[in-house]
Amino acid sequence: MNVLEMNNIKKSFNNHTLHVLQDISLNVAEGEVVAIIGPSGSGKSTLLRCATLLTEMDSGELLYLGDYAAKNDENGNSVYADKAALKKIRSHFGLVFQNFNLFPHYSVLKNLTDAQISVLGRSKEEAKQRAEVLLEKMGLADKGDAYPCQLSGGQQQRVAIARALAMDPKILFFDEPTSALDPELTGEILKVIRQLAEENMTMVIVTHEMAFARDVADRVIFMDGGVIVEQGDPQQVINHPQEERTRQFLSRFAQN
Amino acid sequence: MTYQTMLSLLGQGFLTTLAIFLLTLLGSLPLGLGITFCRSSKFKPLQWLTKFYISIMRGTPLMLQLIVVFFCPNLLFGIVPPTNWRFIAVILAFVINYAAYFAEIYRGGIESIPVGQYEAAEVLGYSKTQTFCKIILPQMVKRVLPSVTNEVITLVKDTSLAYAIGMVEMFTRAKQIAVAPNSPGIVTLFVAGLFYYIFNFIVAWAMERIEKRLSYYE
Repeated sequence: MNVLEMNNIKKSFNNHTLHVLQDISLNVAEGEVVAIIGPSGSGKSTLLRCATLLTEMDSGELLYLGDYAAKNDENGNSVYADKAALKKIRSHFGLVFQNFNLFPHYSVLKNLTDAQISVLGRSKEEAKQRAEVLLEKMGLADKGDAYPCQLSGGQQQRVAIARALAMDPKILFFDEPTSALDPELTGEILKVIRQLAEENMTMVIVTHEMAFARDVADRVIFMDGGVIVEQGDPQQVINHPQEERTRQFLSRFAQN
Repeated sequence: MTYQTMLSLLGQGFLTTLAIFLLTLLGSLPLGLGITFCRSSKFKPLQWLTKFYISIMRGTPLMLQLIVVFFCPNLLFGIVPPTNWRFIAVILAFVINYAAYFAEIYRGGIESIPVGQYEAAEVLGYSKTQTFCKIILPQMVKRVLPSVTNEVITLVKDTSLAYAIGMVEMFTRAKQIAVAPNSPGIVTLFVAGLFYYIFNFIVAWAMERIEKRLSYYE
């Protein structure tokens, strides 16, 4: 079964004058790592926001593990499931933001435990145990009592990844997870994501790191102008793109 | 009149001032939050009504508001005021006036919280209430504290406006003493000023302590 299924997603802004997503479909199988690349304004982030219920789609279906988050009515408009169903669906996925969005007034440990306790209903001890295992894994075992502002960008992003993982999602989304980081700090995040991929975590990663996408992803999707221009095997798409538009986009990275 | 009598009379007036101050804060700090919610309500008529209320509270003199609250129930509706109506009217007028200011301060604080905080909470599955109480409110409180301190200090001095409806708080008392025969005269007003200053000194010190306590992050 597909963990994520998005069928014929359409989304426009500015009173239907700006079509950001034009009939996009995306399935992600369990254990699959999908990288989405493409120029700014191509709709990558909007697609991720639709998948994570942060933006409402105009049209299209969204399913997690076969459960509908949204389906089309007879006019082809997306209709979302009720509050309780959406709450359950939210527990299936996690999202790592470009600028971390940690809670600044919570310690690192509390950032990791609070949602476990107040959303999943875990006990304090259980939540703390889960958090400590994850901090250890992220190489931040000694940072539990620190506050986000005391950490480097790379450390903050690792806390954000741990916070998402603490909820035991079935699929994890990354929205340009290294774009707010210095090149030096990018490596440590990519290393963590690589490790998750090795553990068969299902992931969808919007990224500008082409080499990373090629090495880690099982499938690369190139988006432009609100459509999927090309997708397939990472080597194929990044090293030997079939479409002219993909070649143009990738050539800019080759020159750098 | 001896200085001792003067100080003891001023002290009594000060207790009234203190009561107005504390009761106003007790009422207006939470009421302000309620008004902020109404002000940001998706139900437009409530939003307009709240905006109108805030504009009246900020656009007219507090002294006039005191007079209106004190006299209107009787003049307009013929209600016979209860015996301690004077004091209640003072508190009422101060609370609704200060709540309007606090509401706008809170609104600024809430709007300054990055949208990413809401989104992170939403994705983690927090309910709307949880998001506000656990994520937004604590950050808002820290951000608005300097502005709230300003208002609180202004309130200490504004309590003297209660004299407009004959409330015998410290300032009213000081004026009475100053014109009484054989009193220390104008000195009384300076002593009252000193009371206000020391009071505010303590308020500022306390607020600074709270700010420091909240500065554990950023």
